[in-house]
Amino acid sequence: MLEIKNLHARIVDDGTEIIRGLDLTVKAGEVAAIMGPNGSGKSTLSYILAGREDYEVTEGDILYNGQSILEMDPAERATSGIFLAFQYPMEIPGVATMEFLKVAMNEQRKARGEEPLKIPEFLKRVKDAATLLNMDMAMLKRPLNVGFSGGEKKRAEILQMKLLEPKLCVLDETDSGLDIDALKIVAEGVNALRSPHRAIVIITHYQRLLQYIVPDTVHVLYRGQVVKSGDKSLALDLEANGYAGVIGEAA
Amino acid sequence: MNIHTTPQRTPAETALIDAFGERLSLLPGDGAVMLKRDDAIEAIKNGLPTRRVESWHYTDLRRLLNLNPVPDFDPAASPKAIAPVVDGSAVLPVLNGVSSAKVPDIDGVAVQRLSEKLTDGSIAPGLDSYGADDAIGALNTAFVADGYFVDIADGTELEKPVELQNLQSGGQTHVRLSVRVGAGAKATVVERQTGDGAALVSSVSQLLLGEGAQVTWLIVQEQPDTATHLAQFKAHLGKGAKLTLFVMNAGGKLVRQEVVVKTTGEGADFTLRGINLLAGDTHTDVTMVLDHTVPHTASTEVIRNVVTGKARGVFQGRINVHQYAQKTNAKMACNTLLLSDDGEFSTKPELEIFADDVVCGHGATVTEIDHDHLFYLMARGVDEKTARGLLVKAFVAEVIEELEDEAIVDALEARLDGWFVTHG
Repeated sequence: MLEIKNLHARIVDDGTEIIRGLDLTVKAGEVAAIMGPNGSGKSTLSYILAGREDYEVTEGDILYNGQSILEMDPAERATSGIFLAFQYPMEIPGVATMEFLKVAMNEQRKARGEEPLKIPEFLKRVKDAATLLNMDMAMLKRPLNVGFSGGEKKRAEILQMKLLEPKLCVLDETDSGLDIDALKIVAEGVNALRSPHRAIVIITHYQRLLQYIVPDTVHVLYRGQVVKSGDKSLALDLEANGYAGVIGEAA
Repeated sequence: MNIHTTPQRTPAETALIDAFGERLSLLPGDGAVMLKRDDAIEAIKNGLPTRRVESWHYTDLRRLLNLNPVPDFDPAASPKAIAPVVDGSAVLPVLNGVSSAKVPDIDGVAVQRLSEKLTDGSIAPGLDSYGADDAIGALNTAFVADGYFVDIADGTELEKPVELQNLQSGGQTHVRLSVRVGAGAKATVVERQTGDGAALVSSVSQLLLGEGAQVTWLIVQEQPDTATHLAQFKAHLGKGAKLTLFVMNAGGKLVRQEVVVKTTGEGADFTLRGINLLAGDTHTDVTMVLDHTVPHTASTEVIRNVVTGKARGVFQGRINVHQYAQKTNAKMACNTLLLSDDGEFSTKPELEIFADDVVCGHGATVTEIDHDHLFYLMARGVDEKTARGLLVKAFVAEVIEELEDEAIVDALEARLDGWFVTHG
């Protein structure tokens, strides 16, 4: 589903190269964890997948279902089924959350040639998803993410993911800022989305989240490259021994 | 030999002076009113204000009034009354400058045609200019022929808004809307300014708030981009009175909306919220002069502007805190979203404070659309144009939502959506 080939990318503003020859393949149905120390390029990778303009790909390619996405803008990527759950979801004053959800769902439907959702059906879907994530509907009447706690913002991201039903989900440090109860709820929300037709990429620092969302593959990112790949036991190994060993092997 | 100098008149000035000569015999008014008219046309004969007059610095009326020819009066123009902004409002229409003989009965509210008040001279004192630079007041006093005088009795609480509808379909219209709100009364008034012609409109609203009166006054200006709209809103706030004024400018080729407010009673509270939606090759000026004349009064002003195309906007906000007006609390903010390279917005806040125990502040910002916000919305599949529209709307909708009354908020957001459909 996702094939990243020899990807090189830099920050547009100052030309700093962050991703330096990254290769990664994630198949449909797979849950892949990307781990790595601070500054290894994990969040940058998530932004590049979503199409943020602040980064520029200088070499290599990203194929999604066999097609390069490099020329697609963020909205085109999203409507084709790529979803990024942000590490720091933005607060957008004046945009009501419900209104935003309706616009986003219907824009995606429009791009797929489907009719807009009728209001009762829309409300039902939001309510069902919110109930699963233990979210209060009153929260969704507020402006998007404004005044939400860290945990509420992360839940709101997973809520959007459930409603938009993407094919490739990228979760950037979704576990940060969550207490253990919230973590379990979010993990259940993600697990419910596991499907043979969907790939999930989980970017995380810690093994903690992976106890609840068990990955099929684990990849260690260091200095903009995947330096080691393995199965879930690799995450346990990293938790026990730190990154030093793996990085040492690579260096 | 006397040296006689005649100022070089612009075509607009000449057209106004000639029109006065032609209209004079048709204008209602007793001797006192006609004297006021004479004074007013004299002021115009002395020349319209230019950029050298401080309060007109960003809107050179003498020059700008020539961009569109001053139209003749058009007795045949016959705009039709339209549905009110808020459903269920009592509508008082002024069509092509003429009030209606038949208006809805509203409990506790006495409505008179202004032409009658002019004829019996009872409104003459209200026709005075508030200063030498009061060109809109002078223009209106010279030509005003009709409008309404609305008296809301003490203690009346209106459930539905009253909509004063000033509609043009070309020509010149000069209208005055006077509203007195009695002690303890509560009302919402919508001042609707619109039409479909290449008109010159002057409109002066006068509001007197009695002790403890509470009024929400909404000015909804949606003139076509062929019209010149020169308007003034003047209010006196008595003891403990509360006025929320909301101004929405969403049209007009040349627009000046003046807001002249005095807090004359202790505990008075004034709120101004404004949105200017500016598009095309237009010029819109909102100029406020606010006088805190007595102790313990409060005011806040928030103006949000969206500038597209080659539009030019102005906000001048002057707050005078008089010497005895201790414990005044005044805050003013003007925020502009500049969406085109050719658009511009000028802000001039002025605080003149003669009291020593006050809290006053002002701030102004000019921004573009936040790229992080845009990325977030697009990352959810919202295309760039729609995402930009959502963010621009959010920027101004924040001010509307402060009005709290759901029917009013929904009605104004519908006007807002209408503007974005046409200009987005």
